[in-house]
Formats: sequence, structure tokens, C-alpha cells
Amino acid sequence: MVKFIVRRILWMFLVLFVISLITFALMHAVPGGPFTEEKRLPAEIQARLKAKYKLDAPLHIQYLTFIRDITVPIVTTGEQSNYLDHEYLINISLPFGDQATLRWMNFGPSYRTFGRTVNDIFRDNLPVSMKLGATAFLVTVTFGIPLGIISALRRNSLTDYAAMGAAVLGVSVPVIILAPVLQYLFGVQLKWLPVSGWGDPKQMILPAFALGVANSALIARLTRASLLQVMNQDYIRTARAKGLPERKVIVVHALKNGLIPIVTVLGPMVAYLLTGTFVVETIFGIPGMGKFFVTSVSGRDYPIIMGTVLLAATFLVIANTVVDIAYIWLDPRIRHD
Amino acid sequence: MTTLSAQDLKGIAQNQQQSKPIRSRSLTSDAFRRLSRNRAAVIGAVIVTVNILVALLAPVVAPKAFDDASLTSTNATPTWVTQVFPGMKPREEGGYVKINNSYLLGADKLGRDLLSRILYGARISITVAIVGPLVSVVIGLIVGLVAGYQGGRIDNLLMRFVDIMFAFPTYLLIILLMSFFRLGASQFEPGSLVYAVSQMDAAMGGLLFIFIGIGLTAWMGAARLVRGQVLSVRENEYVVAAYALGVPTARIILRHVLPNIIGPLIVTETLNIPSYIAYEAFLSFIGLGVNPPTPSWGGMIADGALVIQNYPNQALFPALVLFLLMFAFNFLGDGLRDALDPTLRGRE
Repeated sequence: MVKFIVRRILWMFLVLFVISLITFALMHAVPGGPFTEEKRLPAEIQARLKAKYKLDAPLHIQYLTFIRDITVPIVTTGEQSNYLDHEYLINISLPFGDQATLRWMNFGPSYRTFGRTVNDIFRDNLPVSMKLGATAFLVTVTFGIPLGIISALRRNSLTDYAAMGAAVLGVSVPVIILAPVLQYLFGVQLKWLPVSGWGDPKQMILPAFALGVANSALIARLTRASLLQVMNQDYIRTARAKGLPERKVIVVHALKNGLIPIVTVLGPMVAYLLTGTFVVETIFGIPGMGKFFVTSVSGRDYPIIMGTVLLAATFLVIANTVVDIAYIWLDPRIRHD
Repeated sequence: MTTLSAQDLKGIAQNQQQSKPIRSRSLTSDAFRRLSRNRAAVIGAVIVTVNILVALLAPVVAPKAFDDASLTSTNATPTWVTQVFPGMKPREEGGYVKINNSYLLGADKLGRDLLSRILYGARISITVAIVGPLVSVVIGLIVGLVAGYQGGRIDNLLMRFVDIMFAFPTYLLIILLMSFFRLGASQFEPGSLVYAVSQMDAAMGGLLFIFIGIGLTAWMGAARLVRGQVLSVRENEYVVAAYALGVPTARIILRHVLPNIIGPLIVTETLNIPSYIAYEAFLSFIGLGVNPPTPSWGGMIADGALVIQNYPNQALFPALVLFLLMFAFNFLGDGLRDALDPTLRGRE
């Protein structure tokens, strides 16, 4: 088990390394740079800017510098300068020396928004996305799983047909449709909820549902299919034969095993939700991470591209690792080593 | 024990003569019969067919040209729409809405007919729905077949690469790829392959790069599926026999392995079609989709969402058709899965 987790963590670092390499290559393959504007800057100023951000160095040096800045922790003493190039995500003061501090993970400054670093975005915008994503995930689970269970238990009944019909509808509505429709219906027409904005918990309801509906429909369908498959297994018949109450048969025996495919899907889903979504955040005017996915690429803001990709990828690999570990608990027959 | 009289025997013989010979059914026709009995799947198939017809006949059925802008009829709306959406008050009644009944669903902010744009937009969505899966299947098949059939180190390497690509955030990957294609490919010198591809893309209104982008983002699932299937099929006696008879590898793969793994692949790819349509809509939404003024439902929803408070019809109509098409493909995919995999029938 320990060996398995260690191996998985090493694998995670390899994955992140390869992803960073692909992203770096792709973003530099897109022509133009952060300082090519429609109104052309004078050549000397462009050269000065490039020199300041070390964009005049060879590509492999730029890449290695970037990797060094985020992976190698450093210890600094004395007053820390406010210089944007030296802004670290993690700062731990050490009990010796003159204000000695361990600093780690410098993702670099934004090229396009002057005075802000990628770490600022992580600190200010990521929590917003995570809050919204967590709420959307709550919507997903609280509607999806019970709906799937009820459908499976009352298979081929009217309830089942209604629930699964609703689920097909839900799966077929992409957020770019659902978001404007919800906004129009509950915001503009009925005026029950605010149309857009962020800060008031009420403003979170519509976007959370816009994100959660399709996901919960998917989870409901999956739960139903998986539970029906499990209910046919011998050990369920055994549990019934030994006289366990039906409730216990379902909750303790069927559900635990039937959860495996659901957990497999929930893992990446939660990672995607927490790291922000462009469409919903744009439509509802939410200051989350989502917009950087698009604006960083269109603005060639290299540190933000690398930062957002690595952040999203980190969430994804961690979620998948957690899923792999959850398998062991859900089904003791699964062994990883 | 009862004995059979001569009379009985005669009766039996007669019965046998009267009964028609049982026609054997192939697996395909059996699956097709099951599919045609599935009401939801049939509805899905009808909607998809209508969509294909509309896409083909768009120039005939559309009342106007899709890029026919008119400054005098910007945001024009027919009377019935203002009755459906009570917030939209016509100017005559003290509101802000310009009434023009020659636009059946209304016009957009440039005065282009919404209905015509929706009809032409079917071309983009249906093409993506058909070609998108093909691209990802081709890539997935090549990788999966090589990995599954070769095995060993190549298999290991390819599958680890698949694992890594799975951890790549999908939307970020497709945005990066599309910006690279849209901006990068035209910068190559004329005469090179990349330049030729970018010219082809321009000729297709920007669709080609959407196909490639979607294909490169979505092939991993197909590759994993194909590899798994190949691993189980290649152990079968008929494959071993073919190998023993000296059949060349390419022929074994094409004639013996491929036909046996294509079923599950078709099912999963059909079920994936809605997500391909959603990818295209997303790309058009963020402005990396088809080249304007070619209409795409995703792009129309994006434009309409900006004015949803005043002109809800501009977002809701394209949203409705996009939803219908995705719904239809979901139904069709579910039906296809049940038809091709009878073991699931009892459960679904």
C-alpha cells in the first residue's frame, strides 16, 4: 500500500513534468508574443521588456528557469523585496537567522496585467472558483446519486422512466445553453434570483445549478446502471438469503460496490469543477479562474498559461490518485501491488 | 406411453410443410431490428435525419442568406415572439422592440435572419457530429491496434502516454491547440504541408482545424478501448490459426481483429457525439470556432447570451436546436448500445 502510494506520487510528478513540457512547446509555437500589440511598441521597448522577463534567452533555458522557480525551494534572509519576480506561493518563516524564510513555488508575474503575479491569481481567483465548484459538486451528488438509486430500485416503474427521461434531458444540455436559459428564466423573467455577480450566496445558486445539472444527470444514469449490475450478483442474493433487511442489503452491500464506477467519474469531475469553468463564470460574471484559461492564451501570457494548466493538471492527477486509493476501500478484491 | 397413430404423423408432417422455413438473421440485421423497435432511438434517428436534410438543403429552405445583414432591421423581432416573451414590448406599445414580421424568428444585432442562420448552422453541428468521432476513432484505432497487437515496450510506452494525455485538462488543451492552428499554421511558408492544411481549413470555413482539434483531444478513450479489445481478441483460436497459416499481420488485423472490435467502438463514439457537438459550440462561444460570418449554433448562443435580457429569442432559439440535436444523439447512442449488446437488455 505504501509502496503503491509512493509510486503513484512519483508518477504524478512525471505526468506534470510531461504536461508542462507539452504546454510550453505548444504556447511558444503559437506566433506572436505577450508584447505584440495591435499598436506596435517601438523595437527598443519590446527588447527591454523581453530582457526584463528573460524572454530573450533560448527556449530551453526559459523552460528550465521556469521549472527551477516553481520546484526548488529557497531560503532568504532579511527584508524580502516587493519585486514581482520574487513572489512565492509558500512562505514559511524559519526559527533561525535574520528573518529567514523558506520560499517555494514562484510561478512568475503576469505579462499582461501589470503588478500581478500568477500566485495572486491563485490566491484571489482560485478560491472563488473552488467555492462555486464545491457547491456545484454538492448539487451533482445530492441530486444525481439518490435519483439513480431510486430509479434502480423501482426499475421500469413510472418513477424510473420519469427520472431517466429527465436525466437524458439533463445530459443533453451543455452549460452554454443551460446558463443563459437559467439566467433568463429565474433572473430576468421570474426575478427570483440575481442575474449575475458574486459575493452574495444567492448569486451562487444559478451558476451552481448550471454546472451541476448535466453532471448530476450523468451521475444518476451511471448510478442506476451500476447498481442494477451489482444487484444481479450472487453476494446480494446471499445477503438477502441470510435475512438481511432490504435497506441494509442496498446500503451496505450493493451501494458500496456499485459506487466504483461512480467514484471513477466523480474524481476528474470534481477536479474540473474546482479549477473553474470559463463559460459559466463568463455568463454569470464570476471572478474565478475560468477566464484565464482563455485570456491567457489569447494574450500569450506565458506564466499564466503554464500556471493554469499545471494547476488544473495537478487537481486532476490528485483526484485520480484519490480515486485509485478509494478503490481499495470500496472493493477489497482490488489490489494495486 | 402413448403411441402415435398414422393420423397424428400425417398431421405433424402437414404442419411441418405449412410452417415457413425460418430465415436466419445476421447479427447486424438482428441489431437493426432491435434498434427499430426502440421508440426513443427511432425518434433520435428521425431528428438526426431531419438535421442532415436541413444541412444539405439549407440554401433551398432558408428564407434568406445567412450573411445578409441589414442595418434597418437590427434586432428586428416578429410579433409572435413578443407575445411569447412578455418582457419584449414592441415600440408601438412603448417598448423597445422593432417589429418586423418578415423575420420568422427575428434578426440578430446585425440584422441577419435568425432562422436562416439556424438552418445553415445545422451544417456545422452535423458535420462535427459525423467527422469528429471519425477523426478520434482513426487516431484511437491506430494507437490502440499498435499497442494491443505489438504489446511489450511499445504498448507500455503508448499507454503511459495515453494516461498522461488523460491528465491534460481538456478545455485548456483544445484552446491551446486551436490557437496554435488558427494563428500558427498560416505563418508557415507557402508550399509546406502545414500551409496547405491551413489553406484547406480556410476553404472549409475553419472546420478542418475544429475536427483536428477535437480529434487530438478525444482520441485517448478510443485508444484504450481498442487496445483492451485487441488484447482479448488476439488470444482467440481463429487469430492464432490465421497466424499459424502465415497470414500477414496487416491482414490479420484488418480481416480478423478489426471486425470484432468495431461494435463497442461504434457505441462509445455515438455516445460521445453530444460532447463533440458541445466542444464545437464551446469553441465558437469563445471565438475559436468557425470563421465568421459562417453561422454556428454555439457562436449564435454566445452572441445571444450578451443580449438575453432584451432579446431572449436570439439565444434561446439556437439553444433549442442545439439541445434537440444532442438529445437525439443521446437517444440514438443509448439505443445502439442496447441493440449491439443484448446482454445489457435486461438491465436497461
